[in-house]
Formats: sequence, structure tokens, C-alpha cells
Amino acid sequence: MDIAVVQFPGSNCDQDAFQLFLGGLGLPTRYVWHKDRDLGGADLVVIPGGFSYGDYLRCGAIARFSPIMGAVREHAAKGGLVLGICNGFQILCEAGLLPGALIRNSSLEYRCMTCELAVGDAGPSFNPAALGARVRLPIGHGEGNYRIDEAGRARLAANGQVLLRYVGNPNGSLDDIAGIRNEAGNVFGMMPHPDRAFERFHPSQDGLAVARAVLAARFPEVARKSA
Amino acid sequence: MKIKVFVTPKRNVLDPQGVAVGHALASLGLKGLTGTRVGKVVELEVEGTDSPQFRAQLDTLCRDLLSNPVIEDYRYEIAGA
Repeated sequence: MDIAVVQFPGSNCDQDAFQLFLGGLGLPTRYVWHKDRDLGGADLVVIPGGFSYGDYLRCGAIARFSPIMGAVREHAAKGGLVLGICNGFQILCEAGLLPGALIRNSSLEYRCMTCELAVGDAGPSFNPAALGARVRLPIGHGEGNYRIDEAGRARLAANGQVLLRYVGNPNGSLDDIAGIRNEAGNVFGMMPHPDRAFERFHPSQDGLAVARAVLAARFPEVARKSA
Repeated sequence: MKIKVFVTPKRNVLDPQGVAVGHALASLGLKGLTGTRVGKVVELEVEGTDSPQFRAQLDTLCRDLLSNPVIEDYRYEIAGA
């Protein structure tokens, strides 16, 4: 198992994501600089949270064109696992690796709190049977208001692509959507932070099960062993 | 050439900023306000002349970088071509 956490200028949850997989799950994890063009055979690529390129223009709009994103795109096209957290989710939407877009919270406020999330029936590894009906994860964002057109919304529902829904919507997100996966089931994106929910001093430890559920989409035996 | 690219939220996409600014305009006494949308303007200065090829390139850049077609529309004005 080889997990790569991409660092952009302005990433600030890269170390949290690194520690989630290395310390939390005990899996070999390393950083990849955004100027690299090669993922070096990573099994899972994590696009962490933060404010890549200062959120200039739109969140994730510039990071999407970083040299490493070509390799991420190829990795995803071959069925490789990708997880985008918060700003990482925004980057994956901007890159077209996930459908839809994230706009300003309806309240116009930055929301920093722990959220109750209903687990969607989103494939063999990510579902209420694997994770329980609800998980609790922190959020911290100003642009987490998920938007998609009607056709896209219908596709998300028909394919079971919604991973997590807010219980008590903090940002105005369409259908309370907090996280989605692509149709093929190898690219995952979510605004809530599993990387802020695994240590004893965190508000919950549900991030471990969520990270395992992502891993289990391609590596069920690794996910089981890390439990 | 001086180019102004106008990027605005799509009509059918919620614009929380526009709603908040609209409330403020109404509270400052603007009567009859029926819509407010907040977008952005990107000003470019480019050496060269306007051509269909240039506009094709500009459209690509507007779609790929300057706007997000999922949530935004764009248009541009070219002066001094």
C-alpha cells in the first residue's frame, strides 16, 4: 500500500491527512509536491484541505492546472483511488473528476463545527452497514454549498453517488450533500474532515472508518487489516 | 488589445452574495429591486490582433479557467483590436 498526499501552495491540512493514514491507519504514506508530474505508483492519492493558491479566482480553480493534476487524472482514469477533502473536493470538482461545483455558503459565513452526517448507500464499501447510519465529522469552510444541474442531480441519486448528507444543513448545500463519489466508484470528495477526526483529542474518531471505507472501494483486505 | 471578461453566476444558480447585497441595497432605500447578482471582471492586456483563432483560444480559457461553466456564465469585450 502506498498513499500519496498532494501538497499545493496553500494546502494546510496536508499533515492532518498524512497523519490520518500513517498514524491513524498505520499505512505507508508520503507527500507529493504539486510540481511533480509523477505519482510514483501510489495506490491512493489524497488531495488535502486548505486554501490552494489562496482560493484566488474560485476555490480549486488554479490548483486544477498544477503539473501533478495530469498524473492524478491518469491515475483516476485507470481506476486508481482518489480522495479529496474540503479544498481537495473543490479541486476535484473544478478538475471535472467529480460532477458539480461548490459555491459560497448560503449564510455567507465560514462554518467551523462538528456535523452529524447521514451515511449514503454509495457502493459496496461506503454504506450504512459498513459505517453505521451516521458519522460525526468536523467541517471548516466558506464554500461548501454543493450545486449541480437537474440531470446531474438525478444521476447522483440513480447511481448511489452521495456518500454523506448533513443532518442540519450548515451551508445551503443542495439535497444536504456533504460528499460524493464518481460513477466508477474510485474518486471520492467530501467537505467534512475525516483527517480531523481520528485522534483521542478530536471531536470524534469516525474519520478512521470513513478513510477505511474509501480504501475498501479498491483494497478491502487492506482496509480490514488496518481496523 | 484590452479585454474585459465578465463572469456572473448562472441565472438558475443560487447566488448567496447577490442575495445579501440585494438586501443591503433595499435597506439603503433602493425601490423596485428585483434582482442582484455579484460576479467578477477580469481585465487582460494582450499584444496582437483580434481574430477568430484568438477568440476560440479566449473562449477555451474562459471556460477552463476564468469561469466554471457548472455555475457561471461569461462574456467578454475586446477593445483596441
